[in-house]
Amino acid sequence: MRLGAAALVLTMAGAAHAGDPGPGREAELVRLVRQDCGSCHGMTLRGGLGPPLTPAALAERPDAMLAATIVHGRPGTAMPPWRPFLTEAEADWIVAQLKRGTLGDDATR
Amino acid sequence: MLALFAAGLLGCATTPGPVRGTGDLGVVIERATGSIQIVENTRRSSLARVAGLGDLSHAAAVYSRDERYAFVFGRDGGLTKVDLLEARVVARTVQGGNSIGGAISQDGRLVAVANYEPGGIKIFDAGTLALLSEVPSTPGPDGKGAKVVGIADAPGNRFVFSLFEAGEIWVVDASDPRSPKTTRFRDVGKQPYDGLITPDGRFYIAGLFGEDGLALVDLWDLGKGATRILDGYGRGAEKLPVYKMPHLRGWAMAGGYAFLPAIGRNEVLVVDARTWQRVGAIPVHGQPVFVMARPDGRQVWVNFAFPTNDTVQVIDVAALKLVESLKPGKAVLHMEFTARGDEIWISARDDDRLVVYDTASFQRRAELPAKAPSGIFFTWRAHRIGL
Repeated sequence: MRLGAAALVLTMAGAAHAGDPGPGREAELVRLVRQDCGSCHGMTLRGGLGPPLTPAALAERPDAMLAATIVHGRPGTAMPPWRPFLTEAEADWIVAQLKRGTLGDDATR
Repeated sequence: MLALFAAGLLGCATTPGPVRGTGDLGVVIERATGSIQIVENTRRSSLARVAGLGDLSHAAAVYSRDERYAFVFGRDGGLTKVDLLEARVVARTVQGGNSIGGAISQDGRLVAVANYEPGGIKIFDAGTLALLSEVPSTPGPDGKGAKVVGIADAPGNRFVFSLFEAGEIWVVDASDPRSPKTTRFRDVGKQPYDGLITPDGRFYIAGLFGEDGLALVDLWDLGKGATRILDGYGRGAEKLPVYKMPHLRGWAMAGGYAFLPAIGRNEVLVVDARTWQRVGAIPVHGQPVFVMARPDGRQVWVNFAFPTNDTVQVIDVAALKLVESLKPGKAVLHMEFTARGDEIWISARDDDRLVVYDTASFQRRAELPAKAPSGIFFTWRAHRIGL
């Protein structure tokens, strides 16, 4: 978990900004969502072993529930907690981006 | 049409090279751009790039028995047949909505694709990619057809796979490819996430995400049913969060042992391949994704899930301990040995490169540029059961 600790330090640095994560950190989060969330949800977020994360698929789900799922995972499923790698504010930002569809096909890698 | 494909090639694209064999060739998936590179082992070089294969963010490949054609399975349900010598797509069909992989039959005439959406497999003519039959999976708790994972070919023109939500293993006999016969094994365990077949084609093993253990089917004796091996291998210890599912296709059998990724643990499990009893567990750098034996069985190479995916470790099979740790680059996704294992090719996705190592000295032999490379598949797979 040495790398996990390194990521945590990065996260704390990112958290110093209020509101939006800031351009550098946003790029990291976009990469995290597409590549690492993408391991299960698909790089284009259209689903894999995990369900799709497209705006249509998430439209009916409350933001707070989605953000909590990211941070804490869903026990009993394959969804792990991402708390070691991001803050709650960053999870909120990811949920907003997912609902707008800015992290899928059109986002830069 | 030809010109269009030729335009996608790297290097001297328009003139086919001199007459050559294909036994030292392979393909590298470029996951973000829907392209593949055709590479060769002898000079450690890239021969061509072929584009237009759709969404390859998760992809796999199998080979025709003449080692000329690669069948590439893409995430978007695309099945593409690529001619390695002419570096062009010769047939392509988008056969499902969301796919995970596929297999080629023992006789080389059939290609089966495993689908998440719609759940099930489809069987195609390997020559034309014409659809011959479909085997839909049974519904899981959500009412949709269960996702198919871990497909492998077995002797007798059979395809074996697992159903994630339904917890089943199916053996499909495609001897008559227009009316395949299915043998179902139910309640094999919770959430089988991938499967593999032993190099002799006898045993199919499914890894279980939902519990500590694996399910085994003896393909020589289907009447015995599915049995459980390594039950409770974690001995009740809390699992770590899993940030990437292990892949069992890289299957490591060496020195009379099977080496398997432990799910949710920073360990490689060692199993006696005759009795299927646990021998031990080797602590490693992170959660293993691929655990792959060098073809001679002397070494087992391991890569890891996020966030420890910058590292590759090597287990010495005689000593059952780690002998090397390497840092090939950022986000190591896959590894592939040359046919006799003198070298290994490793993809480092976030460094946009392939790294080739000598497996005896662990020296870097070459680096090749590639766009977000993931899977590496060499043509020797054409002649291995289950690959």
